[in-house]
Amino acid sequence: MKRELTARPAGRRALWAPAARLVGRRLLAAVPVLAVVTFGVFAVAAASPFDPVQQYAGSAGLNASQETLDQLRRNLGVDGPFPERWWHWVTHALSGDLGDSTALRQPVSQVIGERLGWSVLLCAAGFLFAIAAGTALGVAAARRRGGMLDRAVTSVSYTLEAAPPFWLGLLAIWLFAIQLDVLPAGGLTDTGSDAVTAGAVLRHLPLPALVLGVSQVPWFLLYVRQGVADALDEDAVRGARARGLSERTVLLGHALRSGLLPVLTLVGSRVPELITGALLVETVFSWPGIASATVEAATSTDFPLLAALTALATVAVLAGNLLADLLYGLADPRVALEEM
Amino acid sequence: MRIPLLPALSARTVRVRVSVGLVAAVAGAVLLVPLLFPLDEQAVDMANKLHPPSWAHLFGTDDLGRDVLLRSVYGLRVSLLVGVVAALTATVIGTAVGAAAGASGGRVDRLVMRVVDVFSSVPHLLLGIFIVAMFRPGVWPVVISVGLTHWLSTARIVRAEVLSLRSRPYIDAAISGGASRWRVGVRHLLPGVLPQAGLAAVLMVPHAIWHESALSFLGLGLPTHRASLGNMIQDARGTLLAGDWWPTLFPGLFIIVPTLAIAGLAGVWRERINPRRRSELML
Repeated sequence: MKRELTARPAGRRALWAPAARLVGRRLLAAVPVLAVVTFGVFAVAAASPFDPVQQYAGSAGLNASQETLDQLRRNLGVDGPFPERWWHWVTHALSGDLGDSTALRQPVSQVIGERLGWSVLLCAAGFLFAIAAGTALGVAAARRRGGMLDRAVTSVSYTLEAAPPFWLGLLAIWLFAIQLDVLPAGGLTDTGSDAVTAGAVLRHLPLPALVLGVSQVPWFLLYVRQGVADALDEDAVRGARARGLSERTVLLGHALRSGLLPVLTLVGSRVPELITGALLVETVFSWPGIASATVEAATSTDFPLLAALTALATVAVLAGNLLADLLYGLADPRVALEEM
Repeated sequence: MRIPLLPALSARTVRVRVSVGLVAAVAGAVLLVPLLFPLDEQAVDMANKLHPPSWAHLFGTDDLGRDVLLRSVYGLRVSLLVGVVAALTATVIGTAVGAAAGASGGRVDRLVMRVVDVFSSVPHLLLGIFIVAMFRPGVWPVVISVGLTHWLSTARIVRAEVLSLRSRPYIDAAISGGASRWRVGVRHLLPGVLPQAGLAAVLMVPHAIWHESALSFLGLGLPTHRASLGNMIQDARGTLLAGDWWPTLFPGLFIIVPTLAIAGLAGVWRERINPRRRSELML
């Protein structure tokens, strides 16, 4: 109550302190969320029929004596009740030791270190494409609502929104890699070579990034279209038209600015959808990222890797939400960061 | 004055009719086709393998000589069954949690909504993948993993609805009339939230189908002898790389068309129960 009465101090400096406090609060709030998520992951594993000892021993476990198996259970550190194992995992994770991946036969932290960059590259490229295409088509559709272009763009958006990304990926491979033979069908390196060169990456990136981007376009496009169309009805736009400004200035300078801002701030909250898309697209294109590692880990029930990657995805989602709130505060001065 | 021969149909009427027609066609296909054209899933016909679409096989045949149209209908049947059961599971969980949170209020409400927030910070597909990986792929793990990851939005919607209903005079009247908590909940609150919960359930079905097909495609879904649409697309990967597109294209269309039809119908339903929020965004 008191805050509303005091005038807000002007200037850029005034924004940093609340933003820093928001970041701090979110970091504190992330601790219990991560604890609950990882605890839940361990609880599900404990309730499942999966047994790490049998996975480790393989067919040798069928003939091994009970004592050997018990010894193995102790050695693997999976003999206690699951809350104990969870605590063990958390304390080790804090020192950077996330255990060893059973499927990829290397430390989990190394798997993440090697693959995270490729996923970030793919997601960034896909997302930039989605923003560019979504903005351009959204503005074009909003210009004449109900017109031919608008109806076509909206229908295609709804169809793409319903289409599974892996199916789009396969069709893209068929078209670009097999029929037209202009882009490679998957992977990161050229056939017969292991060297990751900048040129090879540039050739292999466009197709998966395009598919990931296309799967994100509908959402962005429909929001931009709505935002710009609403802005076109506002007084500011009417005023700009009355002053005789060109249609182009009105559209790009006035309507797009006020229509796009609220959408841009929502970008951070799209992280879950981006991860979902990456899981499918990376698998289709054998992209050596973290999401395809997740799928590999799941098919071979690689619990240490799955647990770490679930925690990592949660961190990414929380970071995205924080980014969305920060951008929201920056974009709209009426929003007080203290209240988020 | 010109009198039109046919009454002009509004865009909305057209949308309703197209959606109803498509939903009816889908329902008819999955119910009638198996009766008229029994399919032996194991039967192969190598003499007829990989025929492109023709009058004999409208959608062509796959690498084992099976008719893609017939298999797609069977796959849609499996996907729809799993989708409907998973959507119902999610709706029951979501309605129960949301109603309990909204009706209790106070500390219980805050705690439950925190749990919902925590659940929603894990991407759905990832959580689903994790559950299926731990419990081995199969029909029930898929249903449970989709059900367990999709109740959050329903819980939020139902809670908000219960909170708004709770402050209505007729609830006060019921309480002052001596109705028990249970009676207020079941007789007065539940009927009020059912339209919203039903709408959420209907909209959930395409989501559930989408998730099931994604899991199946990743090899973490249904066993291949119960081929769903996702399994079919996964199976067709080899043929696609050899240049034959039809075993991939058509099962995908069988995911898209029911999704659009259901979304179209649900949009109309939403306008009915929320006439003031006539949103243009359907999904």
